Amino acid sequence: MSRLAVPKTYKLYIGGKFPRSESGRTYEVATREGAFLANAALASRKDARDAVVAARAAIAGWAGTTGYNRGQVLYRIAELLEGRRAQFVDELVAAEAVSAAVAGRQVDTAIDAWVWYAGWADKYVQVAGNGNPVSGPYFNLSTPEATGVVAIVAPQGATGSLLGLVSVVAPAIVSGNTVVVIANQASPLSAISLAEVLATSDVPGGVVNILTGSPAEIAPWLAGHADVNALDLAGAEALAWVDLQIMAADTLKRVLPPENGAPSPSLERIVALTETKTVWHTKSLI
Amino acid sequence: MTDITKTSRFLDYAPAPESPSILHLRKNYGLFINGDFVKGHGKPFKTISPATEATIAEIANANARDVDAAVAAARRAYDTTWSKLSGADRGKYLFRIARLVQERARELAVAESLDNGKPIKEARDVDVPLVAAWFFYYAGWADKLDYAGLGPNPRALGVAAQVIPWNFPLLMLAWKIAPALAAGNTVVLKPAETTPLSALIFAEILQQADLPAGVVNIITGAGDTGEALVNHPDVNKVAFTGSTAVGRAIAKSIAGTGKKVTLELGGKAANIVFDDAPIDQAVEGIVNGIFFNQGHVCCAGSRLLVQENVHDEVVDRLKTRLATLRLGDPLDKNTDIGAINSREQLDRIRELSDIGEAEGAERWTAECVIPDKGFWFAPTIFTGVETSSRIAREEIFGPVLSVLTFRTPAEAIAKANNTPYGLSAGIWSDKGSKILAVADQLRAGVIWANTFNRFDPASPFGGYKESGYGREGGRHGLAAYLESAGWGAPSSPKGISTVTKGASK
Repeated sequence: MSRLAVPKTYKLYIGGKFPRSESGRTYEVATREGAFLANAALASRKDARDAVVAARAAIAGWAGTTGYNRGQVLYRIAELLEGRRAQFVDELVAAEAVSAAVAGRQVDTAIDAWVWYAGWADKYVQVAGNGNPVSGPYFNLSTPEATGVVAIVAPQGATGSLLGLVSVVAPAIVSGNTVVVIANQASPLSAISLAEVLATSDVPGGVVNILTGSPAEIAPWLAGHADVNALDLAGAEALAWVDLQIMAADTLKRVLPPENGAPSPSLERIVALTETKTVWHTKSLI
Repeated sequence: MTDITKTSRFLDYAPAPESPSILHLRKNYGLFINGDFVKGHGKPFKTISPATEATIAEIANANARDVDAAVAAARRAYDTTWSKLSGADRGKYLFRIARLVQERARELAVAESLDNGKPIKEARDVDVPLVAAWFFYYAGWADKLDYAGLGPNPRALGVAAQVIPWNFPLLMLAWKIAPALAAGNTVVLKPAETTPLSALIFAEILQQADLPAGVVNIITGAGDTGEALVNHPDVNKVAFTGSTAVGRAIAKSIAGTGKKVTLELGGKAANIVFDDAPIDQAVEGIVNGIFFNQGHVCCAGSRLLVQENVHDEVVDRLKTRLATLRLGDPLDKNTDIGAINSREQLDRIRELSDIGEAEGAERWTAECVIPDKGFWFAPTIFTGVETSSRIAREEIFGPVLSVLTFRTPAEAIAKANNTPYGLSAGIWSDKGSKILAVADQLRAGVIWANTFNRFDPASPFGGYKESGYGREGGRHGLAAYLESAGWGAPSSPKGISTVTKGASK
């Protein structure tokens, strides 16, 4: 006799917890053939605002840890993702109608991206910062540090939903930013499964907040939110993203433009979400 | 405490004005387009001395058609000349310009003081030497772009539209033009409406340097000229220094265009004085922080945060020190406080100061004789300022200091960061570990510890939050005018670069 499966309820990921949408709304996620997979939470404006509050609250702790520490946490994410590889492959095969081999490559690439970014945590400051030889008796050092709360529209491609998410979240959090990310609308399930990995990977609650639902509905609330410091439009190509950029200008948010697919791992992407701080100190005349 | 306010009175100085006869001013200045001065098609305007309200010269006004001509000249120069030159040759032009600025330093300082109203000693000892230093520093970068941190063979962006403010007219010009040219871009620059003079003399220097025509174009006019320039479709880079309101408008207008942007906007810097600070040095630093250049400084230390137990001592000593400052003729070598740049700015300073008083802060103004003509505002301190008061929140951009207190470092940090701005901050303490810990927590792009208002071409400058984005100065300031051509062989793990297609737009 075959065993009856126990399906998972997919919810949001905000402040380290898995709440339903406060709106009570859900939307049906189906396979390409139209078979029911799950009811995902349809995040609302209130959920987005709650996520920003959680992200802001998490900044001091996360940005305040050492690079070495953040690097280990990111590496831990890779370890746990590796351990749940089969689950993610199954989920992607169902959601994206790809073969197990293709899905496997996507998961492997996502794992490797976490490892690659983990290594940058205690190095990007050295590469992107420098001492400045000013003409006077001053110590002078420029170092990059996290910009703050980053709102992200994850890549919305028909495939690559997990890798797309990882490719935008990892470079943001490696420097100490916290994020509110809108997952791939059509294939949101692996994002919530990734949240389960994050929740058990020593990533403090609130560092990564994941919303599922309609980017067209939620992104404007984030773009116009005064407590968001940067807006990554990686997956916003199909949206009215110029309007989002205009909204973001109200508080002079840093804006990253839409990307074609999942952005490749790059130091540039880390540095784009940092601020350079230059500290001068007098040297006494001895 | 001895009242040296009275004893210092006998130290009166004889007038020692710098003569404007060193200037060879023309009555009319045209637009500097494609290497020549040409007529503008807008209605010309006069530039005046804010100290006497006397007209200095008539200045051409660029309309949209002139903006087109200037951008076209810059594009042509980029395509046909500048992008074809070696980095070494670009550098040589910049070295030439640096030397010419040094040779004509006195003249530039006098012009700057005359047109802007700043004390000649500041124009002579700060602005102009830094202008030369800026060109000298970036000259050396022109043939070393591979080391700018963007990988091998980084590319210039093309035509840069640059709009600068009136507080440091020539210095802001240098901050903009030097890195742009070093990186291989060509430039259309618009100086502020009230301070075009030094930029036009600088155009003559470019002629003396024999810089190829069109590499730098300088067009004068008001806000609509600047707007037409930054919104011109053939511009690749926009660099703006000025108010947050205009910066916000620019950020909106260029949305979706792919233009690269640097914005250096307003500030409301906290200058934090701990009780273990060297108080005498701190007082000098506070004075320099807010009364340098009449407080017309975006990174001015306009919010003084003093630890409560030294508040009275610091404020007393500050008042004593301010009483010795000499306000008057900007061209006089002994002048400490010059003229406010325009009537409009004076009105704003007066308005906000009146609001400060109305909101309950205690106003103190240094006693000094205000000249009959021109725009003047005596150094002013407000004590008992609340964090919610408008003079603690809004940029006054004048010689007005708001004093607040704190008890613990945590409170100082919270108050310092309690602003939508994030350009600069100051920390005064003799305890190094405290300085570094506080500096870590401050959300500001430039932090001066036991000093204030220091600038250097090697040192990146720029803000967090609503003070704008991008950096000017140093390697970071160079990178703002370049784009990476990629890093060649990927340093990412096998598979990542092949599976993901990350071509950014």
